[in-house]
Amino acid sequence: MNMDISRRRFLQGAGAGVAGTALGAFGFGGVEAAYAATVKEFRLFRTTEARSTCPYCAVACGMMVFSAPSAETGRMEVVHIEGDVDNPVNRGTLCPKGAGALDYIRSPQRVKVPMYRKAGADAFEEVSWDFAMERIAQLMKEDRDANFIETNADGVTVNRWPTMGFLSGSSCTNETGWITWKVARGLGMLQIENQARI
Amino acid sequence: MTNNWTDIQNADIVLVMGGNAAEAHPCGFKWVTEAKSERGAKLMVVDPRFTRTAAVSDHYAPIRSGSDIAFLSGVINYLLSNDAIHTEYVRNYTNAAYIVGEGYGFSEGLFTGYEEDRRAYDRSSWEYEIGEDGFAKRDMTLQHPRCVYQLMKAHFAAYTPEMVQRISGTPEDKFLKVAEWVASTANGERSMTIMYALGWTQHSHGAQNIRSAAMIQLLCGNIGVPGGGINALRGHSNVQGITDIGTLTASLPGYLAMPTDAEPTLDSHLAKRAFTPLQENQVSYWQNYNKFYVSFLKGMYGRNATADNQFGYDWLPKLDTTYDALKMFDVMHKGQTTGLLCQGFNPLMSIAYSGKSVAALAKLKFLVSMDPIETDTAYFWQNHGEFNDVDTASIQTEVFMLPVTSFVEEEGSLTNSSRNIQWKWRAADPYFESRRDTDILADLFLRLRKLYDDEGGTAPGPIQAIDWSYADPMAPAAEEILRELNGRALTDLRDAEGKVVRRAGEQLAGFGEMRADGSTDGVQWIYTGVYSPEGNLSQRRDNSDPSGKNVYGSWGFCWPANRRILYNRASADPDGKPWSEEKAYVFWDGQRWGGADVPDFPPTSNPSLRTGPFIMTPEGTSRLFARGFMAEGPFPVHYEPFEAPVLNPMFPAIRGNPAARVFDNDMEIFGDAEEFPIVATTYRLTEHFHYWTKSVRYNAVVQPEFFVEMSHALAEERGISPGQMVSVRSHRGEVKGRAMITKRLQPLQVDGRTLHYVGLPLHFGFVGQARKASPVNSLTPPVGDANAQTPEFKAFLVDVTPLADPVA
Repeated sequence: MNMDISRRRFLQGAGAGVAGTALGAFGFGGVEAAYAATVKEFRLFRTTEARSTCPYCAVACGMMVFSAPSAETGRMEVVHIEGDVDNPVNRGTLCPKGAGALDYIRSPQRVKVPMYRKAGADAFEEVSWDFAMERIAQLMKEDRDANFIETNADGVTVNRWPTMGFLSGSSCTNETGWITWKVARGLGMLQIENQARI
Repeated sequence: MTNNWTDIQNADIVLVMGGNAAEAHPCGFKWVTEAKSERGAKLMVVDPRFTRTAAVSDHYAPIRSGSDIAFLSGVINYLLSNDAIHTEYVRNYTNAAYIVGEGYGFSEGLFTGYEEDRRAYDRSSWEYEIGEDGFAKRDMTLQHPRCVYQLMKAHFAAYTPEMVQRISGTPEDKFLKVAEWVASTANGERSMTIMYALGWTQHSHGAQNIRSAAMIQLLCGNIGVPGGGINALRGHSNVQGITDIGTLTASLPGYLAMPTDAEPTLDSHLAKRAFTPLQENQVSYWQNYNKFYVSFLKGMYGRNATADNQFGYDWLPKLDTTYDALKMFDVMHKGQTTGLLCQGFNPLMSIAYSGKSVAALAKLKFLVSMDPIETDTAYFWQNHGEFNDVDTASIQTEVFMLPVTSFVEEEGSLTNSSRNIQWKWRAADPYFESRRDTDILADLFLRLRKLYDDEGGTAPGPIQAIDWSYADPMAPAAEEILRELNGRALTDLRDAEGKVVRRAGEQLAGFGEMRADGSTDGVQWIYTGVYSPEGNLSQRRDNSDPSGKNVYGSWGFCWPANRRILYNRASADPDGKPWSEEKAYVFWDGQRWGGADVPDFPPTSNPSLRTGPFIMTPEGTSRLFARGFMAEGPFPVHYEPFEAPVLNPMFPAIRGNPAARVFDNDMEIFGDAEEFPIVATTYRLTEHFHYWTKSVRYNAVVQPEFFVEMSHALAEERGISPGQMVSVRSHRGEVKGRAMITKRLQPLQVDGRTLHYVGLPLHFGFVGQARKASPVNSLTPPVGDANAQTPEFKAFLVDVTPLADPVA
């Protein structure tokens, strides 16, 4: 049960019995509540939990991820991660990497907004998503229009775009992997690899 | 993995070689500990370093990095010459009895058919003799002089314990103990698992390292049995799933192949993949390749794919050559690449020869990094002194760094190294302005398609043909995409009697339902069943183990068809009876196959038909003799790394793997042992994951900086004291770090000389919270395995010299 009694409300209750002895003022029934009021609330009571897997190696340890609304942004943010005791492989354990996964989510190196470095510039600048996506799409189209090969010297339809590469991430989900495949191959790319054979 | 993490508990012997599971996969390694404590299993570790895994082993044997094939071939020779093999398994379940054609031969380190100018083989002589009945010839007595078994005996005879010691530096007694423990499992009563990782793959002969291990397991009858198998531990959380999806230059999803210029039509592509059985009554499951291929095309192009247009085959790009990562950077270095998208990828750190990589990136017109965190690659243009010494102003590359959600801010499925597809639920909103990869790619795709619709351009056809019928085209949902991977019936599917077995629109329950006429779709046939009519089975979280054999069959969904151990029919003898009660797993009950797992076999195939357990091969058996499927030969051979401290003691004229690709004019980038006498190898630390966690404060605190591990003997010889800064130079670059002098590394005696080693942790760079370091791959050579092109990071040559410490 979530002990939903604040210190302030408890003291108000105690005040009502002030005529009795000091012990009586608390009353037997109040001891539990008094004790509860001295204990810091278990912070996971107010969180939402989700089953996840560790982002690092391919053992894929089960994780329980606990989130709560951020006071600052109002968005759900992660406050705690622990091993999933139900998972038959890791049985609740996490290694030194997985145990610190919360710090990865909050890494000082998180990219916060789209960043753009102009040719020759010595710094990144913040740009909007729309600017970044439009510029990338234009650069890709320009190059695809210029270098796409529809048929080879023998007249065989080959529909390939040899000048564009895609390094696909092996920590992405299967669903991301398929969308990556579909888009990259759909545009005609041949230079596609992931970390599987590095 | 052929087996899985929890199955390791069923092992009697565990061999860890080419990996360090206790350090790099600690929570999976617990199953080794369980096997030791519950079954009294023995753990043996063969490694250049006395690793954390070695520290808890029952037997440790040192080895020179890059000489695994000599060691493993020594084990094969021991098994064959002592007749310590599981004979009935070998006779029936491997190709030991197959007779190889007269044209095959091996001499002076080369097989027949070598073409030196191409550094490649004509492999046509590495084939069986075919009889008049169209089937391959066999001699089940294993006596024919050209049967695989006899060829093996001759081929491996040279790998004596003395030769192993000479090449690998492993003392004879330590080698023999390994061989004896391996042999103790060649009986069907006991089993051995082999666990490996990048210590085997990152060599110019990496694929043959793993083949050698697989051959040992086959000789012992350890494939398809509980506690057995050949088990790749694997690095990234979804490296298995992304490999399955096939974002690799020559791959389609599910290990189907990209079309090439030589296959102008769908029929010509399929004709090369008929996979006719080589024996009577064999499954040869790849005969269904056409069904999977057409279902894939229906998934990719939807209604636009019809029988009249070869289901859209023309729209797929055709390969002129393969572009693995080393090749991509070679092409880029030549200035032939315009743009590169890096998705959760930091190639400046992870690709060989960083000096070449940074020069190559500088030739791009644009680079896009999609990642939750900043990568060194995204900052390649920024000068970081000795760690990344570039001329920023001269680099004309436009660079985009796009914020992507981290693992908790999205949902979807991941496939672990046990092939188990497990769903993860979203736990948080996107941080900052980050977006999911799928949303970014959908946005990019739809923008490009609109540009082609509005203004035209070169070849809009292939783009317009793609099926993008997601409920919200700008934000395809993960569940929707998993259904697409699984596949469904497009019209009512009927059986031979005309009965409807699957209604139009229903999800498919298994890949056996796929058809080649366009009536089914499904882009990833091996996953079919994961999103069946029953729902999303990757979300299952029932951790019961009804058989008591550590088979958690209702947790997630394991491809293929929820099988937890591959080739598991081999756990029973040819009559379908378990080899032993102890290892009973899948067996024939007189009517059907059943047991603890989903049988990897036709469920009612009577054993009297003698259908082999290796249902994917046309033989029905496994292959001790690889035929033409390996670039450098049908049997493993000891070849030195390209940078080796000694000439090949067996074949001194051969440098490296004779079939490995060396780029034009790149022979001179290799250093020699006179200038660079010390062997270097890279490795991981338990506190770090690749190049991510240097940007995570907690990890950077516990393991803050790059170091150079060396033995006391080397430190003494070079006058290096503990903690002193040292320079490590190869023929391609230099890194600096503090000396960590340990007893974990010891000099080895190799071919009559004392050989020193350094170990280099790979995790550091110039971006992040840890102390800055030059990329360790500044040192490594851009040469890869002859089959997979995995770079040779685990054995190369360096020199080490002390540096004066800067005055504090």
